[in-house]
Amino acid sequence: MRREIHFRLNGEAVSAQVAPHENLVEVLQENFGLYGARESCGQGLCGCCTVLVNGRAVSGCLYLGCLVDGAEILTVENNPEPDAVQQAFVEAGAFQCGFCTPGFVLMTRQLLDEHPDPDDDAIKHYLSGNLCRCAAYPEIIEAVKLAARKRKG
Amino acid sequence: MKRAAQSTETPQVGRSVPRLESWLKVTGRAEYVHNLRLPGMLYGKIFRSSVAHGRIKRIDASAAQAVAGVYRVITSKDICEVIPEPYYGPAFHDQPILAIDKVRYVGEPVAVVLAADPHVAEEASHLVAAEYEELPAVYDEVEAMSSKAIVHETLKPAGTFPDLKHFKGRTNTNIALDFHLRRGAAAAAMKRAERVFEHRFRTQQVMHTPLEPLVSVAESTESSLTIHTASQSPSFVRSEVARLLGWPENRVRVRVPFIGGGFGAKLYIKLEALVAVLSLITRRPVKISLSMEEQFFTLTKHASTFRIRSGVAADGRVVARECEVWWNGGAYADIGPRITQKSGFTAPGPYDIEHVAIDSYALYTNLPPAGALRGFGIPQLVWAYESHTDMVARELGIDPVEFRRRNLLRDGRPQATGTVMRDAAIEKVLDRAASLLEWEKPFDRGTGTIRKGRGIAVGFKACVSPTASLAMVAVNADGGCTAYCSTTDMGQGSDTAMAQIAGEVLNMAAESITVVHSDTDVTPYDMATLGSRSLFHMGNAVKLAAEDALKKINQLKSELQLPPDAPIPDIFRKKYGMQAGSVVGAGSYIPSYKSPDANGLTDNATPFWMVGGSGAEVEVDTETGRVRVTRLVNVADVGTPINPRIVETQLSGAAIMQLGFTLLEKMEFDARGQLRNASLAEYKIPGLLDIPESMANEAVVAEQKTGPYGAKGVGETGTFGVSPAIANAVHDAVGVRITSLPLTAESIWEKLK
Repeated sequence: MRREIHFRLNGEAVSAQVAPHENLVEVLQENFGLYGARESCGQGLCGCCTVLVNGRAVSGCLYLGCLVDGAEILTVENNPEPDAVQQAFVEAGAFQCGFCTPGFVLMTRQLLDEHPDPDDDAIKHYLSGNLCRCAAYPEIIEAVKLAARKRKG
Repeated sequence: MKRAAQSTETPQVGRSVPRLESWLKVTGRAEYVHNLRLPGMLYGKIFRSSVAHGRIKRIDASAAQAVAGVYRVITSKDICEVIPEPYYGPAFHDQPILAIDKVRYVGEPVAVVLAADPHVAEEASHLVAAEYEELPAVYDEVEAMSSKAIVHETLKPAGTFPDLKHFKGRTNTNIALDFHLRRGAAAAAMKRAERVFEHRFRTQQVMHTPLEPLVSVAESTESSLTIHTASQSPSFVRSEVARLLGWPENRVRVRVPFIGGGFGAKLYIKLEALVAVLSLITRRPVKISLSMEEQFFTLTKHASTFRIRSGVAADGRVVARECEVWWNGGAYADIGPRITQKSGFTAPGPYDIEHVAIDSYALYTNLPPAGALRGFGIPQLVWAYESHTDMVARELGIDPVEFRRRNLLRDGRPQATGTVMRDAAIEKVLDRAASLLEWEKPFDRGTGTIRKGRGIAVGFKACVSPTASLAMVAVNADGGCTAYCSTTDMGQGSDTAMAQIAGEVLNMAAESITVVHSDTDVTPYDMATLGSRSLFHMGNAVKLAAEDALKKINQLKSELQLPPDAPIPDIFRKKYGMQAGSVVGAGSYIPSYKSPDANGLTDNATPFWMVGGSGAEVEVDTETGRVRVTRLVNVADVGTPINPRIVETQLSGAAIMQLGFTLLEKMEFDARGQLRNASLAEYKIPGLLDIPESMANEAVVAEQKTGPYGAKGVGETGTFGVSPAIANAVHDAVGVRITSLPLTAESIWEKLK
């Protein structure tokens, strides 16, 4: 039942044997040893499994693996050197346990690509699909603003 | 990542060092058990009870076993062949690894399907069938006191705690602990009091909801077992699994990498005994990862009922207080009996009251088990006594802050147990919370349908005692340092704090120190990472270990006739003729403690007190009952912070979590004990849109003289005052008093009508 799919993963052309029921998180974990996107709520409500498919954030726990055939996939592991968003998260202390952090990092990148200078309200709304049980929310807002400043350089 | 220079004169304590593992976490590369896959590994999926209380008549696994790819279906019969008495628990040996003869709540594990493919295991687990003879069930903690439905036929105290021994073999009761404290003569003082006030409060059952769901992996040989687990208590897991198997502890190894949030959910035995025995049965590695839904059936926070009665003299002093608290422990005691006593004795609140009576009961019911959740019972108590305090003050026409000041427990005065308060900045915390709220200034009360109010609350907690922590600190030949401790870092920043403490002693940058994660083959014993105890206990142990290492280094210097400022690598080079050798310091910390007497009294109840206060400003919509928290200030006595930034985020995170328990979260059960909202779609935890518009989180200037560099724990403190501060603010805004959590728009609107 498995079929071979081909896609670009963090800039590299790759292929994988994927069963029809496997979700994108499983494909990334089982085939490529990438654990940054991780399942938590299993319903697409917490954002821990966020992956960028053709530049759009999806819930990897609900997204069927076979659908990424031919797509461009970016995970939190994509850049060898930490970017402005990751630096800002570290400097602002915008996490505790770190389990939700990759999802927040990816969503923040997408937010800043669309809105380079977001205010508190825009940040809260854009990232409202990501949950952090340690509730580092005030620090996350601070990190997003810091990242926006860093990106402007 | 680049590391800072090892040797430094810069103070390490009091510096906001970013978490040591920061880069691992922002790049998705931090190690969690979640990531672990072992060759030949089987996945287990649990089949769970669909009735709240019943005798198991039959389990039919044939359809599940027939699914292609299923390795085996396991029930308690198989477990008992390896462990004849497979019951575990920290206070009572009451919880079976899989249900035996009876089920006691909806969601209790009954069987496990094993398969190399987790999807196959899950699919097959739906095909297991069980028949039950249903028994009468009890769900309410107060009803459980006298109910004919008995959850456990015979009580089985673990033997660890002396105050549970009298329950051994007891039948026909749901009471798993009855703690009684009598100081002075409350009943007589109540009669003499000018006014007497009595209220009753309730808290709801909620869940920890760590975003990394519970997960454990076991691998075994004939004579050894390794358990990789997201556990806050590796030392307990080792000793309890060894006890169950009848093995020496050194054949059981427990490893814990980073934990994706704990909050008390990952304490004692959860999945560890199950994966251990499954691995021994199959001789293969076995992994069980719970789904978010399954977490609701594993451990929760106690629902509670609290009847509180106060006698007040004409001068506004509380002279007597009676507290009756019923804790809904669910089907298995877990650590509930300890909460009932160790938090129960603070039930009268941080007030100087001469005559006190406390009755605190841990009860079995047919609901998912309850245990520790960020506060160890304290938030339930503060909810009641600080709502009550506000109600009394308003009834007497005294300003609520002034009424608290008049009655506050001050250093040097005895608390309910008789233990004299030391290093507990209760007054400072209350004063600072009031000043952050600008309590003395006029307050805009809103207009039209939006009414504004403000409230304040202060609570305190005794750190659980007696408990021990041990640590080792090694200084290596290149001058670097490695610290070994079994404290688990679940996000609270313990690795960083321990590195700062060791670095302070050894004049090394915290960033240069490696903290080895819990591995019971390597890291020494620690009671557990719970109850805000680690920074104080393990911090003291790490400090002692580092001081021991330093002493040995200085001895070497003088033996080798090196100058006092000789760099560390020179010492080893001279001693060993090359870059070789190491120095290992050991530290062990166990504070003194005295058990309570027959009246619940002791002059040494705890090694330290935590104090937390909150102030809230709210807007209430009188048309809908909707509450918006516009401002939340959280003030705490944490001693002297080791890492001010992490302390602030701990206070803030704890307060927002408690905000969820105050306004949003509630496990909803139907009349047959079936949970109706076991998913994040129906059980809402706070998100970015739920946080208050304005927040302040502060530690007052304070010192815990017995703590490492004046510090003490902080993980729970931010939770204490949040719920009653908001309820008091709601009352201030619209005159509606809510006595049962959560404070929903519906409950407020009902009373506004």
